[in-house]
Amino acid sequence: MEKTWNNKAWFLVLPVLVLVAFSAVIPLMTVVNYSVQDTFGNNVFFWAGTEWFEELLSSSRFWEAMVRNLIFSFIILSIQVPLGIFIALNMPKKGWGVPVCLVLMALPLLIPWNVVGTIWQVFGRNDIGLLGYYVNALGIDYNYVQDPFDAWVTIIIMDVWHWTSLVVLLCYAGLVSIPDAFYQAAKIDGASRWAVFRYIQLPKMQRVLLIAVLLRFMDSFMIYTEPFVVTGGGPGNSTTFLSIDLVKTALGQFDLGPAAAMSLVYFLIILLLSWVFYTVMTNYDAER
Amino acid sequence: MARIDVNHVRHSYLPNPRTDADFALREVHHTFEDGGAYALLGPSGCGKTTLLNIISGLLHPSHGQLLFNGRDVTNLSTQERNIAQVFQFPVIYDTMTVYDNLAFPLRNRGVPEADVDRKVRETLEMIDLASWAKKKARGLTADQKQKISLGRGLVRSDVNAILFDEPLTVIDPHMKWVLRSQLKQLHRRFGYTMVYVTHDQTEALTFADQVVVMYDGGIVQIGTPAELFERPRHTFVGYFIGSPGMNVMPVAIDGKTATLGSQRIELPGAPKADSGAIELGIRPEYVRLGRDGMAVSISKVEDVGRHKVVRAKLEGRDIAAVIGEDETVPAEPKVRFDPAGINIYADSWRVEMGA
Repeated sequence: MEKTWNNKAWFLVLPVLVLVAFSAVIPLMTVVNYSVQDTFGNNVFFWAGTEWFEELLSSSRFWEAMVRNLIFSFIILSIQVPLGIFIALNMPKKGWGVPVCLVLMALPLLIPWNVVGTIWQVFGRNDIGLLGYYVNALGIDYNYVQDPFDAWVTIIIMDVWHWTSLVVLLCYAGLVSIPDAFYQAAKIDGASRWAVFRYIQLPKMQRVLLIAVLLRFMDSFMIYTEPFVVTGGGPGNSTTFLSIDLVKTALGQFDLGPAAAMSLVYFLIILLLSWVFYTVMTNYDAER
Repeated sequence: MARIDVNHVRHSYLPNPRTDADFALREVHHTFEDGGAYALLGPSGCGKTTLLNIISGLLHPSHGQLLFNGRDVTNLSTQERNIAQVFQFPVIYDTMTVYDNLAFPLRNRGVPEADVDRKVRETLEMIDLASWAKKKARGLTADQKQKISLGRGLVRSDVNAILFDEPLTVIDPHMKWVLRSQLKQLHRRFGYTMVYVTHDQTEALTFADQVVVMYDGGIVQIGTPAELFERPRHTFVGYFIGSPGMNVMPVAIDGKTATLGSQRIELPGAPKADSGAIELGIRPEYVRLGRDGMAVSISKVEDVGRHKVVRAKLEGRDIAAVIGEDETVPAEPKVRFDPAGINIYADSWRVEMGA
């Protein structure tokens, strides 16, 4: 059969192209544009070349925020992934418990991020907060406003409370798709609880876990709203993550050039790390 | 290997069963002899998988007792019963190699690695997968995966029985034959007690020495393939086994004669039935089509290859007859019943015939 050459097809993809252009490509290019220029207001711009990038990469403020971010993401992943798997494994597989658990799990995910921040901001206060007051009443000196360690603990507990459900729900979806015959065969083969987890449940959860790890990494690396509401980046700069720093630079100080350069670097880091995660996990899969 | 006694076992999936209808398994009382090859045959929902899962310990029966070699195992777990089971869909540990899959049940039981290696290599030879040992199990075809499921049972030389739950469902037709004959060979060589659940009569009849036919939660007949064919104990066995199934027609009995409408049929003996609904069953293979006998009108002739199936009406009832590939249907067709193939049923159960 003759192939039909028809350029009309381009019209069909045009709406998507326009949409992507306005929602992603054009804003991104604006940022690129700012990142190589300097301005003193009045819409007057000067060519700055790679100056902002050089300044950024040699600034200790940027690297400190970056290290904080990496540590935060590492802690978040190493708590939420095992905890999420553990909860998913212990959730009921049938009966009235299923909808109850699912709704309970979904609740934190439905709360707007700044509300989550506000809840914990109040919850942790040592004058009127339930948590803060009683922890102090127990004789533990806890004050997230003044103590960097307490601030970190608060933010991490908050994030675990907010997002572990996502990992749970994804893992649960993977678990319920395992046919009963696998568990029965494992019983017959005399497999221990650990062997069932290691050789049946974990392999079946692998794909959803990959998605969970990627989502949780990206989200935790980009975290902004909740710590901003709870600690505002403090005490000092102890909870100032890249995104908070970025907003301070762009909107607080109105340094568009450095902020744009920072956005691009931030964007590239997330892209790179996501790619690394993805490649490592899929390659591991292919090798086995 | 073990003899398995199923002792008055009843099972219901409901918490408080009241009537017989609440029981998925009404009452099964049967002995699976050591080293026998049994098939549990029946339509979907007849309770055959329930019975199998009770034997393997995946289900605990509501009533009754299960004995392995005379020892009560009713309350033992699946692991403790030491049986092997092959499921409808192949179960393999797909992150492991073929070798590790087979080694898994042994390693779980703490068998020394040297013995594991020896047993696994033997088993790989038995199931004909020796050259695949180092391959990842996930890349295999359905029939190879099913062989691994089987191999995980064979590798434990001390298993009490190997149970099969419709193991060939997902296998391509041409491989079904191969696998079935390999199974048969394994049984002959090693003498495992095997119980094979299926709803496919060909599978059951070719695999088993003894076929257990189940219907509506109970066993209706246990016998060799020939017995099931020649002397079905229940009309259900008559139509379920055979292709086409047995012709069953209501008759009135008087001594050694059965009356069907205006026709009189000579019986080989006088049935010992005096009450209930009396029926005459005859397999299409024993219906002789010719120029003498009872007049029939032909509705259809199906050529199925080796023979022809003639569908006809006798006294207004559908009847099937099997004739040879080269035979032709006469112009004024009549049928005779070969007395050797006549069975009489009272309330669906077969009655003996006296002299």
